[in-house]
Amino acid sequence: MPAVTSIRSRTVVLPTSNIDTDQIIPARFLTSTSRAGFGKNLFADWRYDAAGNPKPDFPLNRPEAQGAAILVAGRNIGCGSSREHAAWALQDFGIAAVVSTEFADIFRTNCLKNGLVPVLVDENTHAWLLANPQAEVSIDVEHATLGLPDGTAVKFPLEGFARYCLLNGVDELGYLLSKGDAISKYEQKHQ
Amino acid sequence: MSNPRTMFEKVWDDHVVVPETDETPAVLFIDLHLTHEVTTPQAYSELRKRGLKVRRPDLTLATMDHSTPTRTEQVFGGVPIAVDSAAKQVKQLEVNAHEFGVELFDLQDSRRGIVHIIGPELGLTQPGKTIVCGDSHTSTHGAFGALAFGIGTTEVGHVLATQCLLQRRPRTFAINVVNKLPAGVTAKDLILAIIGRIGVSGGTGHVLEFRGACISGLSMDERMTICNMSIEAGARAGMVAPDATTIAYLKETPRAPKDGAWEAALQRWSQLPTDAGAKFDRSVDIDAAELVPMVTYGTHPGMVAPVNGHVPSQGDAVFQKALTYMGLKAGEPINNVPVNNVFVGSCTNGRLSDLRNAARVLRGHKLAQGVKMLVVPGSQNVKRAAEAEGLHRVFLDAGAEWRESGCSMCLGMNGDLVPAGHYSISTSNRNFEGRQGVGARTLLASPETAAASAIRGRVTDPREFTN
Repeated sequence: MPAVTSIRSRTVVLPTSNIDTDQIIPARFLTSTSRAGFGKNLFADWRYDAAGNPKPDFPLNRPEAQGAAILVAGRNIGCGSSREHAAWALQDFGIAAVVSTEFADIFRTNCLKNGLVPVLVDENTHAWLLANPQAEVSIDVEHATLGLPDGTAVKFPLEGFARYCLLNGVDELGYLLSKGDAISKYEQKHQ
Repeated sequence: MSNPRTMFEKVWDDHVVVPETDETPAVLFIDLHLTHEVTTPQAYSELRKRGLKVRRPDLTLATMDHSTPTRTEQVFGGVPIAVDSAAKQVKQLEVNAHEFGVELFDLQDSRRGIVHIIGPELGLTQPGKTIVCGDSHTSTHGAFGALAFGIGTTEVGHVLATQCLLQRRPRTFAINVVNKLPAGVTAKDLILAIIGRIGVSGGTGHVLEFRGACISGLSMDERMTICNMSIEAGARAGMVAPDATTIAYLKETPRAPKDGAWEAALQRWSQLPTDAGAKFDRSVDIDAAELVPMVTYGTHPGMVAPVNGHVPSQGDAVFQKALTYMGLKAGEPINNVPVNNVFVGSCTNGRLSDLRNAARVLRGHKLAQGVKMLVVPGSQNVKRAAEAEGLHRVFLDAGAEWRESGCSMCLGMNGDLVPAGHYSISTSNRNFEGRQGVGARTLLASPETAAASAIRGRVTDPREFTN
């Protein structure tokens, strides 16, 4: 997992609430056995028409959204299926952080496992971001803040362990493997 | 005497290998890891890359269900799986299971089925266990008083390599259901009503415990239907306290503890139910006696209304978007909605009792003209049991198709699809846009409501046939 210390980007806004992981990456694309290449099918049924052409009015297809690495989404982003392919698709497309007022539990975990930063904000900040697409914002992982164009730094929740993993590009498996003795003791006690 | 604890807290406490701190999550031991072809290949690749083994193959079971075909000729007749990438994924699971020494129920295995149907069937799903799977409907297993939840593929790799997960302790949420369900109202109607009440993110960050006289009176199949859809309320897991019903179910299963181990297990399980005086972080009260059959009209499971009710007359932008997708009008009667396609199956309602309930409504009737109906048993075991009772005859005589087990049309990644624009009344768990096929319009309901709607060709109250 690559280290993430800060992100500076324009936002792209999908204001819809309850965006489920079937929208982020439809099930028919899940037969792949690799983690790579899901970006082209990100939001496939919203992005493309029946003939496979990009729908010009879909926010991610607009010229001004190209290169935007911060997705501002309506509340309860990532509900539904546990498919980690949703996080992989967002990242492969170029999204580095997702901002919302509410994250579905499994999706939030999957984001953190891949260095995709989940930024939980209050209603007021969210309302401003929804109303101001393409705002130039910044994310400081060390201080867990979202920097708005007026200089305001909005704090978001990020526990120490997750922050450490993001900043150092460390995945959790190494940490779990380091607990091998404790796991063995538990197994012996609970045979 | 120690502080009173909820059932969730007892199961959690029993599985903590390393306690959580402000800085670090808990290391939680996992008793049962269920796996399938879709969410494991990348995890095995990671193990291979790091030179790791599966730590506890004895606590790991693999089956194939999501991308597998349901047509008999493709399962048993040597006809290739139509989707090439799906065929490769199925093959990859065989390779991985063999290489890492994990027990696999392959495509033609008589014990194969949807992962959440076969765990309980085998008796591997037991009270007090921690159970995970790379699938959000793992919440199903909570019906036995297990702590069971869905995980992503990276976490699948963690469990394969260490039999543990890093977890923050979720909060608790009591769903108290008093009184009995009226005749003709099912567990599916109850859980749809609960999701309608608390919302699709109402359970986020929480483990639900379904409690009260109504829940105690339900069968294991019904409890599984309810726990299965806990995730549709955003909850990590749903649980029901083990009782005599749970024990009677498990006693007949092949992999439940036997003899002395069974007696010891009964002793352990009797300690699990929530202590008197234990506190839940949240609670809600539901009166089962007030419920009626429910059907969804929108594009998430919280957009739900009584079968004889109406689409709400107004709503926000999400509501408008959903109605546009569904081709429905605000205020329209639900039983006005035409039905082109009927699906009975899935981990929500693909068990033997579900097929019996659908057959009870359908017996002696034909599908309405133009209606296509697919009945897909949740496992090969369910299929054999249904055939032994002649249920397949009822479906075939009505004009429905009878298939091999699998996830099938619940998520349409196996060739079983609803055409764009068609209305599908489905006993599955998600009515998201495109879930059953691009442009498909899904209405979630019970097997009884699905069968009644198949006969009339429009959304129909099953009590017209059963009461």
